[in-house]
Amino acid sequence: MSTEYNFAYLDEQTKRMIRRALLKGVAIPGYQVPFASREMPMPYGWGTGGVQVTAACLKPDDTLKVIDQGADDTTNAVSIRKFFEKTAAVAVSEKTEESTVIQTRHRIPEQDLTEDQILVYQVPIPEPLRFLEPRETETRKMHALEEYGLMHVKLYEDIARHGRIATSYAYPVKVEGRYVMDPSPIPKFDNPKMEMAALQLFGAGREQRIYAVPPYTKVVSLDFEDHPFEKGGAPQACGLCDAHDAYLDEVIMDDAGTRMFVCSDTDYCRMRREAGHIGEMGVPLAEDAA
Amino acid sequence: MNPLLKVENISKYYGSRLGCKDVNFDLYPGEVLGIVGESGSGKSTLLNCLAGHQEPDTGKVVFDTRADGPKDTVTMSEPERRMLSRTDWAFVHQNPRDGLRMGVSAGGNVGERLMAVGARHYGDIRGTAVDWLDKVEIAEDRTDDRPSEFSGGMQQRLQIARNLVTGPRLIFMDEPTGGLDVSVQARLLDLLRGLVRELGLSAIVVTHDLAVVRLLADRLMVMKDGRVIETGLTDQVLDDPQHGYTQLLVSSVLQV
Repeated sequence: MSTEYNFAYLDEQTKRMIRRALLKGVAIPGYQVPFASREMPMPYGWGTGGVQVTAACLKPDDTLKVIDQGADDTTNAVSIRKFFEKTAAVAVSEKTEESTVIQTRHRIPEQDLTEDQILVYQVPIPEPLRFLEPRETETRKMHALEEYGLMHVKLYEDIARHGRIATSYAYPVKVEGRYVMDPSPIPKFDNPKMEMAALQLFGAGREQRIYAVPPYTKVVSLDFEDHPFEKGGAPQACGLCDAHDAYLDEVIMDDAGTRMFVCSDTDYCRMRREAGHIGEMGVPLAEDAA
Repeated sequence: MNPLLKVENISKYYGSRLGCKDVNFDLYPGEVLGIVGESGSGKSTLLNCLAGHQEPDTGKVVFDTRADGPKDTVTMSEPERRMLSRTDWAFVHQNPRDGLRMGVSAGGNVGERLMAVGARHYGDIRGTAVDWLDKVEIAEDRTDDRPSEFSGGMQQRLQIARNLVTGPRLIFMDEPTGGLDVSVQARLLDLLRGLVRELGLSAIVVTHDLAVVRLLADRLMVMKDGRVIETGLTDQVLDDPQHGYTQLLVSSVLQV
């Protein structure tokens, strides 16, 4: 660890300020707590909110995992992981079950999380009503007075235009029967997983908002009685590990348009392949490495 | 019979400038009150104070609520007042852009108030929306079009449908026919008159157009410089104006 940095980059006062916002967020599930977001050594939109929340949560004995769209090996994930290796010298891992803090961009790991884990989301736009009502003064009032009719107008428009609720990510949820919350742009496939044992923290750096969903909190996806919420998902199985229950990425293989469906959660896929599951287009893990 | 709306001593100042002063009147169920006056006479200020868009400096606006009977809407809590303006009240803006969501389909615009009071069945919401669009003469095949694709008259009719869908008892109108050409005005007035009669609505119509109040209003209030200078039955005020300003106003109407 380079000694020029305070532990986990941020100074202690800033971490205290963020922790206070986190505590308030946990006390009022789904409520957007304003916080004094700091300038981070990465551009807005690259997870500055998530990084600040992670920095405020990390302890020297934590094991950190960072995923971007489910994968451990994408640019965003690798950069943030290296950032904390350098500034906090914490242990890092790609294994979901080994990690104590998991920072994620746009996915929830396939494996169930435990009470000992914290899931930190990177949030681009925390306000679910933003695109329906651009005035922040008005949306804050709508949250305060629980006026959420407008959220259903969006879903109504979906059905009127597409015949079904076409919102497939950042699908709005109601937390503990009170606040309507943007779950960050996770696929709606992940929405049902949000009622989990782990603590979920959300950080939006540019928008300067923090919010939280405590363990075992009720999280309901909004819908209509005659158009109930469906989590969706591909009918295919993972080409590498044959998983039927996982969220899949579609990958174009060549100019002829050959396609392959693979788990977006790379750790889950690896785990299944190690356990001997082989998909249609896969080979045993040992041969793949060679 | 209890008045639906009882207005007592409403005054509103903008700093040291007068918006409106000492306005008193009662509005009974099923009654349509017209407020006329020239630009700057305080009629829009008054309407905004009554509808809860602005807070008056003095006075009471007592509304006969369904649940608790007469209640002062100036001092009632904000959630309660906002609930009223979604259910028992309606507000038709002069410019439809102020009263509609231009990026949301006509059906969604009408359905919004239903969803705001808890409707969660898509089929029912849409059915009601189509029903109301038909009442204001907007064809069913325009349900999924956005108001930005509508003509001015259609936008205004859509705004009326959007407001009336929750069955309000009191409707505030601010120059509802302003900016429309005369033939479209005539049809809109016809429609409004029909709806008011059919649904037994009470209404407060602010306008500078005497022909509009002649057609719509039972009673008339004439304002000048923030004060009410003459009140009475519409025909009486228009045919036999007493105050000098009202006489000027009536004689200023162009004859065709």
